[in-house]
Amino acid sequence: MHYRKHRLLVPFLAPALILYGVFVLWPYTQALYVAFTGWRGMSPNKPFVGLANFRKLAADDVFWNALGHNALMLLGLPVTVLSIALVLAALTLQGIRAGGSAYRVVFFFPQVMSAVVIGVLWNFVFHPNIGLLNGALGSLGLGGLKRTWLGDPGLVLWAIFAVAVWAGVGFFVVYFVAGMQSIPGDLYEAARLDGANPWQAFWGITLPLLRDHLQVALIFVGLGALDLFVLVQVMAEGGGPSRAADVVARYMVDVAFGQSQFGYATAIGVVLLVLSLTLSFAMFRLTRRERLEF
Amino acid sequence: MRIEETSGLVAERPLGLPATRARRAGGPRGVGAGGLASHLVLGAWGLLVALPLAWMVMTAFKSDAEIFFSPWQLPGAWRWGNFARAWNEAQIGRYALNSLIVVAGSVSLTLLCASMAAYALARYEFRLNRPIYYAFLVGLAFPGFLALVPVFFVVRDLGLLGTYRGLILVYSAGSLPFAVFFLTGFFRSLPTELAEAAILDGASHHRVFFQIMLPMARPGLAAAGIFLFLDHWNQFILPFVLNPDPDRYLLAQGLAALAVQRGYESDWSALFAGLTLTMLPTLLFYLLFQRRVQQGLTAGALKG
Repeated sequence: MHYRKHRLLVPFLAPALILYGVFVLWPYTQALYVAFTGWRGMSPNKPFVGLANFRKLAADDVFWNALGHNALMLLGLPVTVLSIALVLAALTLQGIRAGGSAYRVVFFFPQVMSAVVIGVLWNFVFHPNIGLLNGALGSLGLGGLKRTWLGDPGLVLWAIFAVAVWAGVGFFVVYFVAGMQSIPGDLYEAARLDGANPWQAFWGITLPLLRDHLQVALIFVGLGALDLFVLVQVMAEGGGPSRAADVVARYMVDVAFGQSQFGYATAIGVVLLVLSLTLSFAMFRLTRRERLEF
Repeated sequence: MRIEETSGLVAERPLGLPATRARRAGGPRGVGAGGLASHLVLGAWGLLVALPLAWMVMTAFKSDAEIFFSPWQLPGAWRWGNFARAWNEAQIGRYALNSLIVVAGSVSLTLLCASMAAYALARYEFRLNRPIYYAFLVGLAFPGFLALVPVFFVVRDLGLLGTYRGLILVYSAGSLPFAVFFLTGFFRSLPTELAEAAILDGASHHRVFFQIMLPMARPGLAAAGIFLFLDHWNQFILPFVLNPDPDRYLLAQGLAALAVQRGYESDWSALFAGLTLTMLPTLLFYLLFQRRVQQGLTAGALKG
């Protein structure tokens, strides 16, 4: 029995382990070394430069500009996306008698579209001449508000922000609804008998019992705000006018595959990793309280 | 059962009573004016989501002049030719086929490797069980960006740059943490009696897996498969880096290139048609399997 068991283990585990080792573990391990080299990809030897890449990064204005935009997104996106999603989720469940799932089907559309499709679609919505937005403003008699949305350094980042909100909300509506549905109905019944209005029930029951979902959602949107590569790449090529919508991930790809500074790019990747892990950990700690069971 | 005492509204529920969805879970239903206000808010967001999509589909039927001078009106004629031009001349058809090849390969490979590994981890005791499981879990915590540069060189050194095989292997490897994690949980939840009986009857362990356990795991494989399909189909950065040859572009790459190129040529109608064609497969897939897709994707998110 023992012998036969082990005859199964090796062929069953080997394909996954080899694949994972070669294309995930090995590259990650390498990354931690390459970040300390001045490698430019041509020669196989990678000259060790110590912390030089990180010192260069600390003085790199383009990097700080991009990181600043990620920070703005990090401050704005989670709050905006999750508040809208919470309200819509509660409304589809509790605000109306029927039809909630039909609304959710529509809300969820952007989630199944690739970020490239979303980016190209919104390029057209924002297009100064043929765009839906300027067209709408024009026919509402608000022609004075027309803008070249993606060509204006003051607007382009917020245009991308709006698209990220548009694309992100639907998923979390569905996610929160799944959480809300597991809250027992008699809690609300009891609250109602005690004279609580729906608003009080939302703050007193729904929110506290949804904490695990909120925690996961916060980390999820936060990590998304640290990325944003595809939207920026499609909607603001090269980081947009005056790099006004540049983000770290786009700069990293540009440094690596545009400028062949692979060591330096990997150092940027390591900084992104540290930021992501810190963010996950911080969100986890900040939102952790006594676990609720119900 | 512990209930936090932050709110006097929280009532004790008899232990062991399941919170079923059938029993009005989710709270009180809206009535009257509140219901109307709710419909207004929900309808507004629904419109915000649907309007750009509807506008895009409508515009895809227009002539370039109509796009330019009457962006709001319905097309004067339904110009299906725009779609033919996007499919053939702009090569959307070819890109879609390329994507299909890669995603079919990567989803099958991921499911096969992950289900075998997950089965071994879920059902067999051996010394390296926990270490291997945690080695896979670690992969969930790391963003793909860190390893982008080293992955590029691993793929190049293996001679796989610009090949579909390379993309399939990289997609699959990257999805293994999620798939192994998800399927290990699923195999643990399956009953063991049938497999044990088969073993006693003299069936080999391999046969038990392929003929009994794998068919039993179909719901789990379907859920993971849906998540993987959408995730792989919508990939952009990996092909952007690993698949540079324009003739072998995947759909997302082709669309991005088309957006730039057609913009210069001002062939707007073909571009809108191409965009519509690109969006349709996943949207139809979703409309067919709504509930499963919603469940699959929310389950996939929990990996974070």
